[in-house]
Amino acid sequence: MAAVAQLSAEGLVKDFGGLRAVDVAAFTLNKGEIRAVIGPNGAGKTTFVSLLCGRFPPTAGRITFEGRDITAMPAHERVASGIAYTFQITSIFGNLSLYDNVALPAQRRVTLDGGGHVRERAMAALERVGLADRSREIASSQSYGHQRLLEVAMGLALGPKVLILDEPTQGLADSEIADFITLIREVAQETTILLIEHNMPVVMALAETITVLDQGRILAEGTPDAIRENAAVQTAYLGG
Amino acid sequence: MIRSILLHSFVIAALVALEPVLSEYHHGNLARIMVLAVYATGYNLLFGYTGLLSLGHAMFFAAGMYGCALMIRLAEWSVGPAFVVGVICALIAGIVVGFLALRTIGVGFMIVTLMFAEAAYLTILYYNEYTRGDEGFTIAQSVRTIGGLDLSDTTTRYFAALTLFSICLIASAAVVQSKAGRVLVAIRENEDRVRMLGFDPFRYKLLALVLSAVMAGAAGAAYAVLFGYAGASFAAVQYSIFPLLWVLLGGPGTTLGPLLGTVLMFYLVDYASGTIMPGLAGMVETQFGIEAPGLASAYLLLVGVALVLLVLFAPRGLLGTVRARMIPWLP
Repeated sequence: MAAVAQLSAEGLVKDFGGLRAVDVAAFTLNKGEIRAVIGPNGAGKTTFVSLLCGRFPPTAGRITFEGRDITAMPAHERVASGIAYTFQITSIFGNLSLYDNVALPAQRRVTLDGGGHVRERAMAALERVGLADRSREIASSQSYGHQRLLEVAMGLALGPKVLILDEPTQGLADSEIADFITLIREVAQETTILLIEHNMPVVMALAETITVLDQGRILAEGTPDAIRENAAVQTAYLGG
Repeated sequence: MIRSILLHSFVIAALVALEPVLSEYHHGNLARIMVLAVYATGYNLLFGYTGLLSLGHAMFFAAGMYGCALMIRLAEWSVGPAFVVGVICALIAGIVVGFLALRTIGVGFMIVTLMFAEAAYLTILYYNEYTRGDEGFTIAQSVRTIGGLDLSDTTTRYFAALTLFSICLIASAAVVQSKAGRVLVAIRENEDRVRMLGFDPFRYKLLALVLSAVMAGAAGAAYAVLFGYAGASFAAVQYSIFPLLWVLLGGPGTTLGPLLGTVLMFYLVDYASGTIMPGLAGMVETQFGIEAPGLASAYLLLVGVALVLLVLFAPRGLLGTVRARMIPWLP
């Protein structure tokens, strides 16, 4: 099957004052793939995906989604058109129940589709991450791992075409990580996944292609094996 | 949902049942409280549910009050259509102010709404030829009728206030339990997250602000026709602060908090100015031989103390605390 470009960026630059946080000449995410973005702390990974999903505007460059230029599109419209983002810092609604947390994105999807049931959709998302039996509990009372899973469920309830996960396994126990890998493989059947991840075993288990960022630039891109062998990547990670 | 409908029906029924047993004095008070509770209910939609603190709601109250009262005074319209004009004035003010003020957040929003309200207040004073400025003007008893009912009659006035309050209470309960209401609460909790779930926060905040302004305007217009007076003091800054205090006391983000807060604050001020503070002034005079005429009228001091205690020990307000400790389903 030939790769179909779904989300791409050209000449994407983001400056914070004098600091060039992101400077990506060309990036293409293909439909249906699982892509991991890795890189040392401060490499600009979160900033880069935040530009893709519109949390802030780029200083320069162009972003295309399914053939449309979305550079100027506000974040909420990008989400509505199918790009979902789950936050690195758990960003759930702590005072609301788990159900209410996922009901919001479910409700958005149902409105956009012009049909469907919020309740079914919300419960299906909770079911997928294994939190359905806790739907009435308050989000802030959950363990950190469950809050991370709820965050992912909120993304899933949106029924996105591209799901951007920002360090989803941070703080999860080993047993939870194994379940998480299974979950993402399942989700990837119908959704393109862009994953920022520090946990190398997770990256190696899931990613078909890895993009390595360093100091805002793409240092290398390739299959997990190729990246593992890449000398420049080893230098960036281990120090040269 | 059923419990919520029962609870609100019960409160409305209780207010109906109180009518024949109230003394003349409390009768008038409660009619006034219900009108002011409409104002507080509107304020609560924006502050309690959506998390936007406006310091300029007096301009919406005044837009309703003057929109209605000036139509009666200058154009000699009857109460019904004049009331509608008042509400429309508040609606337009809400849309215009919303489009401009909602570009700011947090303290910026507070300051912009405060400034708009100040400009509205000064405008009322400036056109004192029509508005009679601070002094205000009365609306003759003879024109305060609707459908043949005399609105200055205490019973009619009570039920008119109750009708308006019930409509706003039910509307507020329906909004906050709707899908849009869920988004409003989510904006209060975490606006950035709401945006990343595909909602446009601006649209929802504008909706909340306009609904809030319409209720404030309905309260202002009702105040003018039920109590026969319109004056610039209702547009002054303290009338922007009052609904905030009522809502804080009763419980922000609870449908019945605004009513409870308005009742308690009204009677606290009443009791403090009529009994406590004059008593305190008398005691100071007899005990220490110091004449303190200012103390007798310093009832706001007591209100201030009550509020400081409230914010320190029950920041969720009375019903917010009840919800957190006892009745989690409280709407």
